[in-house]
Amino acid sequence: MKTAKKIFLASLLTAVAMPASAETLKWARAGDALTLDPHSQNEGPSHTIRHQMYEPLIIRDTTGAFEAALATEWAPSESDPNVWVFKLREGVKFHDGADFTAEDVVFSFERAKQPTSDMKELINSITEVRAVDDYTIEMVTDGPNPILPSNLTNLFIMDKGWTETNNTVKVQDFEGGEITYATTNANGTGAYKLVSREPDVKTIMERNDDYWGKDQFPMEITEIVYTPIQNAATRVAAMLSGEVNFLQDMPVQDLERVNNADGLVVKKAPQNRVIFFGMNQGADDIEADDVSGANPLADVRVRKAMSMAIDRNAIQKVVMRDQSIPAGMIAPPFVNGWTEEMDAESSTDVEGAKKLMADAGYGDGFSIRLDCPNDRYINDEAICQAAVGMLGQIGVKVNLDAKPKAQHFPLITDGKTDFYMLGWGVPTYDSEYIFNFLVHGRESDIGTWNGTGFDSDELDAKIKSLASNTDLDARNADIAAIWRVVQDEQLYIPIHHQVLNWGMAENLAIEVDPEDQPKVKYIKLN
Amino acid sequence: MADTNLPLTERAVEKGRWQRFRESDFFHAFKRSPVAIVSFAVVSVLVLSAIFAPLITSTNPFDPSTLNLMNGFTPPMEPNAFTGQQFLMGTDDQGRDVFATILYGMRISLFVGASAVLFAMILGIVLGLISGYFGGWTETIIMRIADVQLTFPSILVAMLIFGIAKGITPVEYRDQMAIWVLILAIGLSDWVQFARVVRGATLVEKGKDYVAAARLIGRNPWAIMIKHILPNALSPVLVIATISLALAIIAEATLSFLGVGAPPTQPSLGTLIRIGQGFLFSGEWWILFFPACTLLALALSVNLLGDWLRDALNPRLR
Amino acid sequence: MLAFIIRRLGQSILVLLVVGLIAFSMFRFVGDPIDNMLGQERTIEDVERLKRQLGLDQPFPVQYFKFLQGAVQGNFGVSYRQGRPVSEIIRERAPATLELAFVSGIFAILLGIALGVFTAIRRNGIAANFIMASSLIGVSLPTFLIGILLIYLFSVELGWLPSFGRGQTVKLGDWWSTGFLTESGLKALILPSITLGLYQMTLIMRLVRSEMLEVLRQDYIRFAMARGLKERAVNFHHALKNTMVPVVTVIGLQLGAIIAFAIITETVFQWPGVGLLFINAIQFVDIPVMAAYLMLISVMFVAINLIVDILYVFIDPRLRADRAGAH
Repeated sequence: MKTAKKIFLASLLTAVAMPASAETLKWARAGDALTLDPHSQNEGPSHTIRHQMYEPLIIRDTTGAFEAALATEWAPSESDPNVWVFKLREGVKFHDGADFTAEDVVFSFERAKQPTSDMKELINSITEVRAVDDYTIEMVTDGPNPILPSNLTNLFIMDKGWTETNNTVKVQDFEGGEITYATTNANGTGAYKLVSREPDVKTIMERNDDYWGKDQFPMEITEIVYTPIQNAATRVAAMLSGEVNFLQDMPVQDLERVNNADGLVVKKAPQNRVIFFGMNQGADDIEADDVSGANPLADVRVRKAMSMAIDRNAIQKVVMRDQSIPAGMIAPPFVNGWTEEMDAESSTDVEGAKKLMADAGYGDGFSIRLDCPNDRYINDEAICQAAVGMLGQIGVKVNLDAKPKAQHFPLITDGKTDFYMLGWGVPTYDSEYIFNFLVHGRESDIGTWNGTGFDSDELDAKIKSLASNTDLDARNADIAAIWRVVQDEQLYIPIHHQVLNWGMAENLAIEVDPEDQPKVKYIKLN
Repeated sequence: MADTNLPLTERAVEKGRWQRFRESDFFHAFKRSPVAIVSFAVVSVLVLSAIFAPLITSTNPFDPSTLNLMNGFTPPMEPNAFTGQQFLMGTDDQGRDVFATILYGMRISLFVGASAVLFAMILGIVLGLISGYFGGWTETIIMRIADVQLTFPSILVAMLIFGIAKGITPVEYRDQMAIWVLILAIGLSDWVQFARVVRGATLVEKGKDYVAAARLIGRNPWAIMIKHILPNALSPVLVIATISLALAIIAEATLSFLGVGAPPTQPSLGTLIRIGQGFLFSGEWWILFFPACTLLALALSVNLLGDWLRDALNPRLR
Repeated sequence: MLAFIIRRLGQSILVLLVVGLIAFSMFRFVGDPIDNMLGQERTIEDVERLKRQLGLDQPFPVQYFKFLQGAVQGNFGVSYRQGRPVSEIIRERAPATLELAFVSGIFAILLGIALGVFTAIRRNGIAANFIMASSLIGVSLPTFLIGILLIYLFSVELGWLPSFGRGQTVKLGDWWSTGFLTESGLKALILPSITLGLYQMTLIMRLVRSEMLEVLRQDYIRFAMARGLKERAVNFHHALKNTMVPVVTVIGLQLGAIIAFAIITETVFQWPGVGLLFINAIQFVDIPVMAAYLMLISVMFVAINLIVDILYVFIDPRLRADRAGAH
């Protein structure tokens, strides 16, 4: 059938121009990439767009397994446990025609370590990247690092020459509102080339016919037209009316309608993302509550009680329409360190919670402000709203302050919120990533998203040692021990793991990627 | 328009107020207009049911701790699959009874709308009297501001005020602040019409002999303005106020859609519609339908009433 | 005459200065720019450096003056969100909004006048009353809901018209991109234009109707009728012409409202114009974009006001002293 179609089309080609729409991916989701600069903004939608044009050394396929991208082989050095050796792919060209060599890799890693880079945390164990020859790289770490490759799957390689010529060596200072050439231009080695980009309006990419993997991947899409559509109803309408043939960020209430529509299907898979609440337990007194001189969240009984008040099954059934899996820990099931037992540790017990509150001296409850994003996670505001009701039942009166993500996230990183919602995906598939950002005490290059004020020197030392522990069994034991503390201290209140849904035209075939990062080169037409 | 109102008050002085009213042209016109009677009835029913909401429904949808999430998305007049509870107009995504939420939401909408109009009216009347009576540079400044304000759309003014207020109020007061900011924002964007009408009336009356006489005997200018001039402008002010009320209620809904309205835990009609529109495609029509119909009924009746008032108070159009 | 224009011009500039002050103080009120720009790991030196860089160490009047200086030259700084000069972004987005405003304005004017005349002439007819009543339904529902209902009906259920965006656009010159030259571009304009123009349409219709009724009662019209002129000729040649003066004024004043209400329409239809840009700027606390939008809108409104004022004087010098009194 497919070959017949190809022959038919080929015969048509001589007479008339091929209808472009047949291979155009009309792709929509709620938001746009914040910037194209590969090392600024470590954020999902931004990485997704970059992945079409740039490539890291290693990527993950749709099952989460490693796949060779710009590196063909990688292994720890036999002579030095602190060194990883990467063999680079030969014959790869950047979109502008420049050759890809070891020099570009060294350059890109140095770039990603700059202070304005948002990727520096992922590679802070790397002390040096050196080129052995044109197609061999050695990475030196500050101790043995067994899981280094998993930190590299979103670390994109830029062309040294292009970056220097266009004066964009310094990573865009996004927060400082800086302009750089790399913000709106791209020159990668990826399967698609940037044609035009208007932020928040439209980004057009075309197939890179010189791509090294042209024969290895389907690459049947010739053009990508990416349009962010903010209003959820408009987004779904665009898919139902056929103006869009690939849709992310589908409202859960519309899955059935789309799936039942002619020519459309919805594909789902559990997502590598967990949703939870954070509580400032480190401060002596907090601003967002009505208790003066004390911090109710500092009492573990209060934190336990609040977790017990949340009815995760009701949220799953009603708010999420079964598109979530209730969580008991803040690690998605994909992650090394996740256990079924710990993920089942959240229970709902309103009476027990009330008793704990009374024990802690808050029998009459208290009031507190909950900061919540309203444009980031699936039904984020509705989840917060449901939590407000549930916490109300144990006397915790919650004032909900929902706002766009761009205003919400700085509250967490600047330590200006005491009770907040956050979602976390784990691109490395390892608990260390979670600990580094969310459990380690807050310092300038680690613990940056830990808004809980939790800071334990003992635990911090243990977290730091994970990076260089080559004994995987001992390392896993440490991970389990750290999780035990996180669980017992009720550092966070886990809510659920998100389930991902992609809507697409029936003629498109692609598996749902647990990181919500479709890579268009995998799409087949049927 | 300012010079066309009826001197109702000068007639039949000895009769009681109610009787005077019943015998007035105004009331006769009302009795003869079915549109006016129906709209008046609809507005009265809606306003009364909003005021007495706690007596009409036993649930308080604004108290989150009384909600049962499992009741969410119950269709109207059908038992919920999990809890078996039944609701006249169904429930929304949080398990709130749509009927009760509409009643409580209407309170917010009406409160915001009425307060905003009242605020705009007082501001407009004061500025209109001042600029008409005193003239000079005060008038120039006020009317220049009014010119700009009139072209500057209400939505934008409201968003601006909302933005600034959000910036300067401490975070812990934002919840309570939202509604007051809404009132201030909608009110500030709406005062110009009042000011213009009152100023026009003031200019006309100022030249009349009785005002000149009052000035001569040294009466307080404010007393003159309020006692003698203002009553002449009341009927157009009433018309504008009615139409502004409808506009204010809709402006509040629009601001909610843009994310600067009432908080979702205490939804106004507009916030309810914003929430409900998300379920338009998925078949849960009642979450949008009932609040939208209520808003339509409310705004439409107020508009019709305003329309009728204008015609009734302007005898040339009869 | 000249003195009047100069005085009005002076007043307009004063108004712009005030709006400029508001726009500028947004930098200070809506979040501290330093706070927005530097993260958790800022040092005292960082703060000082950035303060110097942004000129925030200078006294407030100096800062304001510098901002005005930039604004006059069309330089509003760089967008935090997009990392490009604000003036460039606005120039890129303006055609979308202007074309949408143009089409909805035409729609509002043509249909508004036609329906207004009709409802005035057939004042007591069933059709006229029906139109009057249903026009009130249009203004009794919020714009965003009308937009979504139109999308639901015409895009989803009937599949006739696109639900978002501008369709295919064609570049004209360096800065203008138009949707007028392609079929998909024209189709994409229909639903947003109706949504945006509906309110103004109703307004114009009601205004035309009441002005018509007023004029039709004037003596010269009655006289014309009595003289045996055809009703049609009277209606259109005499009555409508005299109705047009206030209608044109209102249309002029409503132009600004159309562009500002485009914020909502553009959000619902994902229309890539300046309104959507403004909404995104609010979400991202992109203060330079917000300030620039505000300044531009005020310049436009003040200009419209000034033109209307001056036109008034040309049309009728008696109105010079007191425009508002004519209401």
